[in-house]
Amino acid sequence: MSSDKPSSNPKSPAPSVINRRNFIKGVGGALASTAALGAAMSPAVEFVTDITWEEFFQQHYKELSAQDKKKIFERIRRQMKEDYGAENPSVSDPLPLQGVEFGYALNLSKCIGCRGCVQACVEENNQDRATGMEYIRVVAFQKGTMNLEESDHDYDPALVPEPDKVYMPIQCHQCRNAPCVKVCPVEATWQEEDGVVVVDYDWCIGCRYCEAACPYWARRFNFSKPEIPKGEINERVGYLSNRPRSQGSMEKCTFCLHRTRKGRYPACLEACPTGSRKFGNLLDPESEVSKVIQNKRVFVLKEELNTQPRFYYYFD
Amino acid sequence: MKQYAVFCLRAIGQIFSGSGIYFVWLTLLSVLVICGAYAYATQLAQGLAVTGMSDQVSWGVYIANFTFLVGMAAAAVMMVIPAYLYDNKDLKDVVLLGELLAIACIIMCIAFVTVDVGRPDRLWHMLPGIGKFHFPQSMLAWDVIALSGYLLLNAHICGYNVYCRYLGYTPKARYYIPFIFISIVWAISIHTVTAFLYNGLGGRPFWNSAIVAPRFLASAFAAGPGFLILTLQLIRKYANFPVKDGAIDTLRKIITIAMIINLFLLGCEVFKEFYTDSAHLASARYLFLGLHGYSGLVPWIWSAIFLNVSATVILLIPRLFTNVNWLNLACCMAFVGIWVEKGMGLIIPAFIPTPLGEVLEYSPSWVEVLVSLGIWALGFLIYTFFLKMVIPIYKGELRLVRETTT
Repeated sequence: MSSDKPSSNPKSPAPSVINRRNFIKGVGGALASTAALGAAMSPAVEFVTDITWEEFFQQHYKELSAQDKKKIFERIRRQMKEDYGAENPSVSDPLPLQGVEFGYALNLSKCIGCRGCVQACVEENNQDRATGMEYIRVVAFQKGTMNLEESDHDYDPALVPEPDKVYMPIQCHQCRNAPCVKVCPVEATWQEEDGVVVVDYDWCIGCRYCEAACPYWARRFNFSKPEIPKGEINERVGYLSNRPRSQGSMEKCTFCLHRTRKGRYPACLEACPTGSRKFGNLLDPESEVSKVIQNKRVFVLKEELNTQPRFYYYFD
Repeated sequence: MKQYAVFCLRAIGQIFSGSGIYFVWLTLLSVLVICGAYAYATQLAQGLAVTGMSDQVSWGVYIANFTFLVGMAAAAVMMVIPAYLYDNKDLKDVVLLGELLAIACIIMCIAFVTVDVGRPDRLWHMLPGIGKFHFPQSMLAWDVIALSGYLLLNAHICGYNVYCRYLGYTPKARYYIPFIFISIVWAISIHTVTAFLYNGLGGRPFWNSAIVAPRFLASAFAAGPGFLILTLQLIRKYANFPVKDGAIDTLRKIITIAMIINLFLLGCEVFKEFYTDSAHLASARYLFLGLHGYSGLVPWIWSAIFLNVSATVILLIPRLFTNVNWLNLACCMAFVGIWVEKGMGLIIPAFIPTPLGEVLEYSPSWVEVLVSLGIWALGFLIYTFFLKMVIPIYKGELRLVRETTT
């Protein structure tokens, strides 16, 4: 090693392994590497400078005051105009209604697999068009089986309904015992009073643990900044539902809470040409969905996992 | 306090000086780190879309490496237990090198998780008190505690011992032995919690098996000591550090047993999946045989099994394992074999097919490869620096100068 140059100073510390010229070279190398490292990181500058302090320090949804919300809504409106060419966006935050627990029932005897619900959902909820993100996945089973592992995800919608097929649309089941909520390390996703599982898009760290945990493959991740062509953005947005999401955060179906909490149906239901979809208040025995549960033989998907979905399937 | 600052400065000073090979090694690692940094900066700007991951396969090589490295960190315990519980003198001389490896591995783990999240700027949301730390519900929150606790424990144990050596004192047992015992339990816990992260998910039948944690530990206790056997020989050769053959021999015995247990557990898993032959077999079928014409992972897993079985055979034949070249070959094979089995073989197939039965294959993009290589290089760099600082202190070349000698 470098102890070949014994120090002339007798008081010098124990045989040093450091030799000065070598040391200076080492420091020089370290400085050069640091500079190169800085240069290599330069593509990230935009990512860092795009985040304002206000956004960086924004609190969890449940901690926001009315004042905070007002400011944030204003920011969202501005961003919708700048990024997506929205003309007069409105941001609302409808709260869960008292005495309401939403439920969904889907009639598999009637569904023809047209995927109209999928398209309506994308348009309503401002999903990313570049990657073709969709909340609803419609699968086709050969008659005689309902084994998902044998299901067809790529059937041709122009040919539906094919006589030997059964179609099953699958979206977030708003589970009572939701695995996604349990696993989130930062409480960025939770269940609201009316049963809807929501995501605070500004709090999510993007670890995708919830996506791994969901047995219904109902969560979607923004691998890049969502793209929505000008003129296609839905300007009526809810804070916890269809407002534009940021790159790197998770999203999912919210039963269109910005509509349903105001007494309207979810977009997927309105788009369904066959009336296969029934939506309503599970706590109201007179609601459509309650009637279906009382009068039809309903089942839930993957009941053995004890997720206790609020999304029911039935045949009639 | 001033004395401690001088100690730190002198120790850090060590890393700026060394032989030609040392600087070549540093240059190589720095280049890899810088390439990785560039790739990561690109990923930050454009999002995780530049990786091979998708909504279907939402975790890839980052999480695979993370899992493997948690095991490497935990494996330090395989030196600590013989050294402190069985008072194995040969290992006690070098146990610090294992603990330092654990620190480097934990830093790499943290790096791999950080590059995997979509919003690293929001990681502060995990801080208890300031953010919202979802403890005890989320296993990821448990993992944060497990990993940071293990990092602190080892940092204290190493820091205290090294500083005492520098001062010329014998380390006082009460200041570090209790932490050694905590660290033994803690090491087991970090890998157990990491296994629970996966096997607690009912929606992923491939992971939802009670055998995941024991498998993780067994494979870690083979790969970790395997790496250490190779490292100890390098340190003996290049740093003139006295590493006794007894230390290497003890580690060899540990690897042999761990490899056998690991293969046994793998066999148990394969039997359960294939003999049951239920619908939940799909992921295992995809991994070992291919599914619906997709077979991206088949060559990987069979290579891993070949490497692991061969390594085990070498380790069981005295004529081979007493030859250092064969021993080193076995260690390399075990290390690579377990990396593949645990990374590509355990993380990825759980996503294929998706819970809805769709098959979309995954292979890492160049960005992921470069970022991963960069983090590995960073880990090697950190471990090299640790060794560079600590070895002269252990050899007595770097120590406190006492004024009394005048």
